[in-house]
Amino acid sequence: MHEEETGVMAKMSFEDAATRYGAEPGGGAPTKVKITFVDSQGQARSVEGEVGSTVMETARRNDIPEIAAECGGACACATCHVYVDEKWAEKTGKASQMEEDMLDFAFDVKPNSRLCCQITVRPELDGLVLTTPAQQG
Amino acid sequence: MNQLKEAAIETDVVIVGAGPAGLFSVFELGLLDIKAHVIDILPRAGGQCSELYPEKPIYDIPGLPVCTGQELTDNLLKQIEPFHPTFHFNEMVETLVSLGTAEKPEFRLSTDAGKIFHAKVVFIAAGGGSFQPKKPPIPKIESYEGKSVFYAVRRMEDFRNKNVVIVGGGDSALDWTLNLQPVAKRITLVHRRDQFRAAPHSVSAMQELMAAGKIDFRLGQITAVEGEDGELAGAILKGNDGVEEKLACERLMPFFGLTMKLGPVADWGLQLNENLIPVDTEKFETSHPGIFAVGDINSYPGKLKLILSGFHEVALAAQKAHRYVYPDKKLLFQYTTSSTNLQKKLGVS
Repeated sequence: MHEEETGVMAKMSFEDAATRYGAEPGGGAPTKVKITFVDSQGQARSVEGEVGSTVMETARRNDIPEIAAECGGACACATCHVYVDEKWAEKTGKASQMEEDMLDFAFDVKPNSRLCCQITVRPELDGLVLTTPAQQG
Repeated sequence: MNQLKEAAIETDVVIVGAGPAGLFSVFELGLLDIKAHVIDILPRAGGQCSELYPEKPIYDIPGLPVCTGQELTDNLLKQIEPFHPTFHFNEMVETLVSLGTAEKPEFRLSTDAGKIFHAKVVFIAAGGGSFQPKKPPIPKIESYEGKSVFYAVRRMEDFRNKNVVIVGGGDSALDWTLNLQPVAKRITLVHRRDQFRAAPHSVSAMQELMAAGKIDFRLGQITAVEGEDGELAGAILKGNDGVEEKLACERLMPFFGLTMKLGPVADWGLQLNENLIPVDTEKFETSHPGIFAVGDINSYPGKLKLILSGFHEVALAAQKAHRYVYPDKKLLFQYTTSSTNLQKKLGVS
């Protein structure tokens, strides 16, 4: 809780600064990418993710359902479990040892399971598609 | 249990939750001569700090540029030592009943371990609620819970001569595999992968039992259970290859860690707002006089779920608590730097 709240605050002020000083469109790598969350009922929600933040933070800021993120991004609770769309598995990469250990606490774990607090938004993830499980906690 | 009055533990304050807000409550109340009993469902102090991020650095505790969740907990425990709080771990407060009046509150609390407390004031410092075992999404599993599906072992005898399926790869799963093996008829350990994050000596002990043919190990997940009237007959194992198989068993123990649930707090008759307890910002008192809510569990305009906010809240709440506990004493505001009275209480004068 504690870490999540401060994290969100820091992110908001960063965003304000970026807007104020004007990120030039088309200049350099994109700072925002599109991420689509498909819920367990099949409903898709596309949101903008900011490069450098995590996919979990992106989900929470956009009120994506089925992402609990109880621990606030400490890789300590396995309640931001997602399934990475096959086409994106290579780009998102493999779970670290710590993340694999924590995935033991998630339900219905599949080979494409990840904890989305451990996926950092990068320009090459523009278009990323993830599915959320029906039960996190 | 029937002689409630006789069995009750008498105290000035019961603090529900041993996280940072609960621990610092002991300090602020202690400076005002208010004696505390602290109850927490976890086996140790620290709450989320020690449960979720013991090794993670915290950067926003005033005066401490960086410390881990565990270091903060250890320091708080050291800081409250002079006040000798009594801790009751592995216990959850189930009921909170008001016995007194608005001017002279008094409460009776009971825990799931059967303890009864009588207190003049109550501090609810329960954070995100109580940490409870995560329940796997197996249809109808709740109808077996407590009879043949268990998330903890209360009595080893429940497992004697039973076929037991244990799910998980951490310390709880392996410890109970090792401890129940001599008692149970047969143990089958189920895990989603062949790596275990449990302590290395537990892992090797488990592998020795497996090599000796004394336990079974299966890769996969349990997706369904079968049985009648709460008594299990079998569990459906879905292997990592997708093939389903029935494991005959009378006991199932899933170990998927802990999650935070508001729990019994919701039934204490307090006004709630989205699972948080509204308080005023002068005394941090709830809708019920004598019951205070501090830390992450309370809500008020502008609330920030920060540890430092919890510290501020308990200091102010303690002032009002003093009026309930010592209605005839005038409270003199003092500093620990200069008050010999406070220094005596801290054992430093």
